[in-house]
This record gives sequence, C-alpha cells and structure tokens, in this order.
Amino acid sequence: MKIGPKSGLALALAAAVGGSFLTPRLDAYFLNILIDVGVNIILAVSLNLINGYAGQFSLGHAGFMAVGAYTAAGLSTLVSANLLARFHGFEHSCWAFGCFLLALLAGGLLAALTGFLVGAPSLRLKGDYLAIVTLGFGEIIRVLLQNFESLGGARGLSGIPPWATFGWVYGWVAIVIFTVLALVHSTSGRGFLAVRDDEIAAQAVGINTTQYKVSAFVIGAFFAGIAGGLYAHSKQFISPEGFGFMKSVEIVVMVILGGMGNTAGVILAAVVLTLLPEVLRPVAAYRMILYSLLLIVMMLTCPRGLFTALGERAKGWLARPKNGGPP
Amino acid sequence: MIVAESPILALEQCTVRFGGLTAVSELDLQIGGHELLGLIGPNGAGKTTVFNLITGVYPPAAGRVRFRGHPIHGLPPHAIAARGIARTFQNIRLFKSLSVFDNVRAAFHPPLFQGMASAWWRGREFYAEDARVSAQVREVLGLFELDKLAGTLAGELSYGDQRRLEIVRALATRPQLLLLDEPAAGMNPAEKARLMKWIQFIKDKHQTAVLLVDHDMQVIMGICERIVVLDYGVKIAEGTPAEVRRHPRVIEAYLGEDHVGD
Amino acid sequence: MAAFLQQLINGVSLGAIYALCALGYTMVYGVLQFINFAHGDVFMVGAFAGYYCAPLAAKLFQPQSALGAVMVLLTSMTVCAALGVLIEKLAYRPLRDHPKLTVLITAIGVSLFLEFAGQKFFQADPKPFPELLPHAQYNPMPNLVISSDQLIVMGVSVLLLAGLHFIVRHTKLGTAMRAVAFNPQAAALVGINLDRIISFTFALGSALAAAAGILYAMNYPAIDPLMGVMPGLKAFVAAVLGGIGNLPGAALGGLIIGVVETFVGGTAWSAYRDAIAFAILIVILLVKPAGLLGRTEVEKV
Repeated sequence: MKIGPKSGLALALAAAVGGSFLTPRLDAYFLNILIDVGVNIILAVSLNLINGYAGQFSLGHAGFMAVGAYTAAGLSTLVSANLLARFHGFEHSCWAFGCFLLALLAGGLLAALTGFLVGAPSLRLKGDYLAIVTLGFGEIIRVLLQNFESLGGARGLSGIPPWATFGWVYGWVAIVIFTVLALVHSTSGRGFLAVRDDEIAAQAVGINTTQYKVSAFVIGAFFAGIAGGLYAHSKQFISPEGFGFMKSVEIVVMVILGGMGNTAGVILAAVVLTLLPEVLRPVAAYRMILYSLLLIVMMLTCPRGLFTALGERAKGWLARPKNGGPP
Repeated sequence: MIVAESPILALEQCTVRFGGLTAVSELDLQIGGHELLGLIGPNGAGKTTVFNLITGVYPPAAGRVRFRGHPIHGLPPHAIAARGIARTFQNIRLFKSLSVFDNVRAAFHPPLFQGMASAWWRGREFYAEDARVSAQVREVLGLFELDKLAGTLAGELSYGDQRRLEIVRALATRPQLLLLDEPAAGMNPAEKARLMKWIQFIKDKHQTAVLLVDHDMQVIMGICERIVVLDYGVKIAEGTPAEVRRHPRVIEAYLGEDHVGD
Repeated sequence: MAAFLQQLINGVSLGAIYALCALGYTMVYGVLQFINFAHGDVFMVGAFAGYYCAPLAAKLFQPQSALGAVMVLLTSMTVCAALGVLIEKLAYRPLRDHPKLTVLITAIGVSLFLEFAGQKFFQADPKPFPELLPHAQYNPMPNLVISSDQLIVMGVSVLLLAGLHFIVRHTKLGTAMRAVAFNPQAAALVGINLDRIISFTFALGSALAAAAGILYAMNYPAIDPLMGVMPGLKAFVAAVLGGIGNLPGAALGGLIIGVVETFVGGTAWSAYRDAIAFAILIVILLVKPAGLLGRTEVEKV
C-alpha cells in the first residue's frame, strides 16, 4: 500500500503524540537531547527552504528564533500564568494546551512578520550582501532584546513553563518536513528552485522572484519562530546571547553539511551535529576547533554537502551491476 | 516595405543609457501580430539591449513600449512575461540543476499563494492540476523532440539541446511575442536548418510573432519577412531581406567603411 | 562645543581603526569579489602578536620606547601578512572558480577556526594589553582632553594610509593590483601573475588589520580572542558604506561609522551602540547599494 503525503503527516503526528506517553520513562538527560535534536531539525529544515531551495543565503535564522522564543515565552510567563492559576486538574491541562499552542503560533507569526519586514527590502541584494544584512538584522534583534527590560533584558528570561514535551516538538518536526516537501514538490514550488538557479530566467517565464523569495523567507522565519518557542519551553530559560551569530552559523552548518536543498540530508545533519558535541565531550576543548575545521575541509572537498555526496556515491554503488563489470 | 496593419509591439522613441553611454537611441520599431521580424547589426549595435528593453530588464530612459496597445515600459520583467512576451538569452540561461521537465514546468507555475496553498493541502484538485500540467509539459517537449530527455538535468544537456530547451521553455509560457536572441549561435549547418524549420513552425502553428536577433545572415535572410538594422543604437535601415541587403548604410556598417557625406 | 569636539575626536580615532580594517575588506573584495569573513580575526591575531612581542621589545629596547613600539607594530604586521597569505593559499585559492557562496562559507569556517583556536591557545579570558608608550594627556581647551594614544592612532593611520596610497598608485605591484581588480582575465592576459597579486593583496590587507589591532588594543586595554568579531563586522559595514572595492571609500566609511557610533554612545541611545552600524548598513544597501563613492554597475544579461 502506498502512503500519501497527508496520511504520512497524520501518522507522524500520531507517532509523536504516542511517543509523548512513553518519554516520561526516559532518562532526563537523554530526553533533553532528543528535544534538542527535534528543535534543531525544525531550524535546519526551515532554513533549508530559504538557503537551499530558494538559494537566499541567510545568516540571521537565530534572530527569527529569538523573536519566536521571546514572544511565546513572554506570553506564557506574563499572560498565561495568571490565567491558568484559576484552573485545576484536567481543566488546567486543557487550558495549558491551548495557551501553549496560541503562544507558539503567536511566536511563529511574529517571527514570520519579522521575516517579511527583513525580507521584503533586503532580498533585492545578492549572495554575500544578503548574508551580511541578515546577520545585521540578527544582531539588531539581539541588541533590542538586551534592552527589553520587561522580558529580562540582558539577564535573560526565566521561569518559563516546561510545556515543550516530546510530542509537541516532534509534532512540529513532522509539520515542517511535510510543509517544505509538499511545497517544493509542486509546480509552484519548483519556482523556488528556478529562482535559485537563475533569477533572470525565472522572471522571463513570468515568475515573480521577489514574491517567491519573500515567501520562502516568511515561511522559514515562521518555523524558526516555532522552534524558538519550543526551545524556550523546554530550556525554561532564554537570554539574548543564546540567539547570537554563533547560533545562526550552527544552523547554517547543518544545512551545508546535509547539502543545500536536500531535506533528508539536512535532517541527518541536524541529528549528527546535535549529538556530536555530546560525543566529543571528552575533547571539549578542541571540539569547536574541530567543528570549524570540518566546515573548511567540507567546503574544499564536497561543497554540495557531505550527505549529498555520500548519497550519490551510495546510489552509484547500488546501481553497479552485480558481476562487478563496468557500469 | 511591409507595414504591419496592427502592430502587436511598438517601441516609440525609446532610449536606453548606461551612465554616459547611449546604447539605444530614439528607436522606433513595430512588430506585426504574426510577423517574423529580424533584428541585425554589428557587434555592440544594441540588439540585446532592445530585448532587455522590451522585456523590462532595463527600463527606457525615454520613450514608450506598447504591447497590444498597452504601455508596458516600467513594468517588472515577470509582469511583462505574464502579459505574453517570452524570450531566450544570448548566453543560455536555463535552470541548470532542474530536469528538462521541470525547466518547462516552471513556465506553467500558478499564482504563488494559490499554488502554495493547494500544494500544502494536497487535495484532489492539486493532483488533477498536477496531471494536467504534466501532460502539457510532455506535449510541448514532444513537439521539439525533447521528451526522451525529460529526466535529464538541464545543465547536462548538449549545447544544441540547451538552446532548444530554452526555446521550448519560452514557448511553454504561451507567448504572443517570442524574442529569440542568437538562437543559431554555435550550431552546425544541419542544426541551423532544423532551427529555421522550427521557428517557421512556431510562427505558423502557435500564431506567435517572432523577433529574431542573429549574426547568421543565412538564417535571418532565409526566414525573416522584414529586417531592421541597428548600428550604434540607431535604426539605419528597414525593409525586406532584398532591400536591406542592398542598402548602402547597411553595407557601410558591416564593412566598417569610413564613408563620408551622403 | 567642547563636548562636541571631544566626541568628534574620540569618534575619529575609533573611525581611523575601522578605516584601516575596512581597507582590507575592500581590497580583497576588489580582486576576488568576496567578503573575507576572517578579516576581523586577523585583526585579533594582530593584537595578540603585539601582546606576545611587547615584552621582547621592552627587553631589546627601553620599556615604553618609541623604537620598541615600532618593533611591536612591524612584527605584528609581518605576522599577520604571513597569516593572510597562508589563509588565502590554503582555504580560498582552491575555491577560486567555485560559487561565491562556497567561498563565503569557507571564510566563516576560517573565522571560527581562528576564534576557537585563539580561545584554546591564548585563553578565553581578557588580557591587559601592555603599555607600549607612556601616557600623556593634553588640554587644548577646557573640558577637552586628547590622549597621546588617540594622537598615535590618528598619526599611524595617516602614515599607513599614505603608504598604501603610494603602493597602490605608484608601484608596479599596486598598478597590477588595480588591473586585476578592474579585469582579472585581461590582467592575466597581459602577463600579470594573478596568484602573486592576490597574495600581495592579502598580505597588505592583513598587515593593515594587524596595525588596526595594535592601535585598538592600545586604546581599549583588554584583548581577547573574540575581540575581532564586532570591529570586523563594523569595518565591513564601513567598506560597504564607502563603496566596496573603493579605497578612499573604505577610509571615509570607517570614519563615518566611528564618529556616528561615538555620538550615539554619548546619547540616551547608548545601549544600542552596537546595533547602529548594522542599521547604517541596511539603510545604505537599500538606498544606495553601490555605497557613497562606489559606482553602480549594470548586470549584464
């Protein structure tokens, strides 16, 4: 039986919610890593829509994540907390569910709005200029948050309720993967790739390139905002420093390692790069040095992404005739 | 001289400048509804600039461009394409990392938000639309014998196939005016002959007006009904192939004679 | 009035440092059309080279002597010139025909490598920078203080700018550099050794960054491995503001950023000081992407 994309999404959502019931038995450390992996998948897959498919190099993804994180966390700590104090038991759980969903969506939408405000004017720029402008926007957001005293300012915001369970995070993982794949595998979604390959030719067949680029930006920013909200509600503490340039670079590296425009590769890269620091704990002092060297060596040897290159090699190997003769 | 009774495209006193350089100067040009017009001129005469002017890549510094009676100068390129003007490029511009099929499919893109909503929802109408577009893409690929290459990446095609794909992609937007920028460049005589046959076919079968720029006099003289000659951004001659061939200023421009006083 | 002049002098001396750094971005962009993201970290290495060289210089000459300071400056410039050439050779040269994005990402990698290697080998905690020269202060008018360090920054910057101008305008290498920036293929056709000119450009830019690093460290007494990040980004903004690829533009851009930042720092908006350069960047890219002194280029279709 062939499973359609929509049934696939339904199955994945059910699995995420089902998994949610099992996770309380897991070790807290392990569960924490699982949640980090999920959040990073959302970030990497959404950035891949912007950087990989639409070809607009953004270095400000952490800025959108920050907008989502602060919006959702701000709503939860300042508004929902007062509201929920009036409820108990099952009723409390229901209200908490609703509050969290609304807070996440508000964070995502505000991040999307920010993405629109950033994208609409700056997407006229190309390549490295766009990278620098998005980096600049990310930094501006960080500086603004540092001065936003009612949300903790530079000290950070604490006391965020721990609502981001396994089910929430992996439910959104399923939604972001479905969304990006559904969009890209359609006639209108091919336009993202056309814009990436040749903007002038895309315009010549009637594609409104600005509209496409801004849309990619807005959708990517929306999911970055969602990831931020989930992150805030799992760590229970956020500070502007956590959403700096380094975080953006981290997400970019996931996309590059996985291969721009290769969703499966990017997911794999997000998993590997989230686990890597845990594995490398014994050599923590050299960890980041290795990390940066990895980036350089990868660009010099297989700039289209490690996992894309490995995937092609595997395909070539499988396609080879069994008797070992020339393919 | 043949004058088109109702021009589909009219340039009126168009001027394009780059900094201090005037690339096209006060050009008047008309193309009839089903005409095959040739545009020739020595290197740097401004032929490609005329294409970029018509398609909105460079707005005119002065003058007007009318398409089917409506002014289109100042519109962005995608809007002009949507009104029915398609083009190819002198230095082939394909979507190199997409398949031949997807290159043509890009021309069938629906309005973005409607298309994305339908792609996300994946309802029955999405799959119906998808099948309809696929059939159309295959049909137009078949007309130009590219259907066997549908799955190949555009960047991996041979040079001649790339030129052909670019024409097919332009045609897939169902234009009323097709601009071909040096389609015969780099082709051997056999390929050129096929190309001429195709251009004729496009014009007749698709009821499309064609504006053709090429260096190859054999191609231009062979299929164009009317020819306009540019030199240094100025129209120096206009007429049937036979008339243009004999025109003294054309001979002068092509031979580069330092002809004084006429 | 005195307060205004004070801010202006502070701003100009900060701007001079940005200007020196911006020149490196602009020169590399001129010949290779890409942003050398690691430039700010070369600036940091320059400061650290000075840090380790200073005790040696103090032993060789008198402590806080002019000769010692010059030795520190020249050593650091030499070290960084070599580092710049090395980075280009190992990381950027193999990618010369690759998409710009690949090179940009590599440059980010190099930048991170220098930062993390710096944190490992120089330690992450801020270090006081040795006093290379005795301090003095001048009071030309009431409420106006000019420190000797500020004068040195301005003096050294003017000297270096003059030197750079001479090299670019009046030497064979400089002429070749301009030729490569103008049209690399044509330059190669007339027999200019592209690799050599690009190496030379990196050496020159990195040496200026090192000088900027030393001058910065003299004015802001502590140095650390991440000190180059912000000044590097701001210097890049300065280069874009002036018109990337344009040498006088980079100097002008540096001065403007330095002055504006200092003035904002003196107002109620001082908390947003670090964001102002980016705001300027965004405005300039939207209003006049070619920069103040740059020329608008038409994309060929």
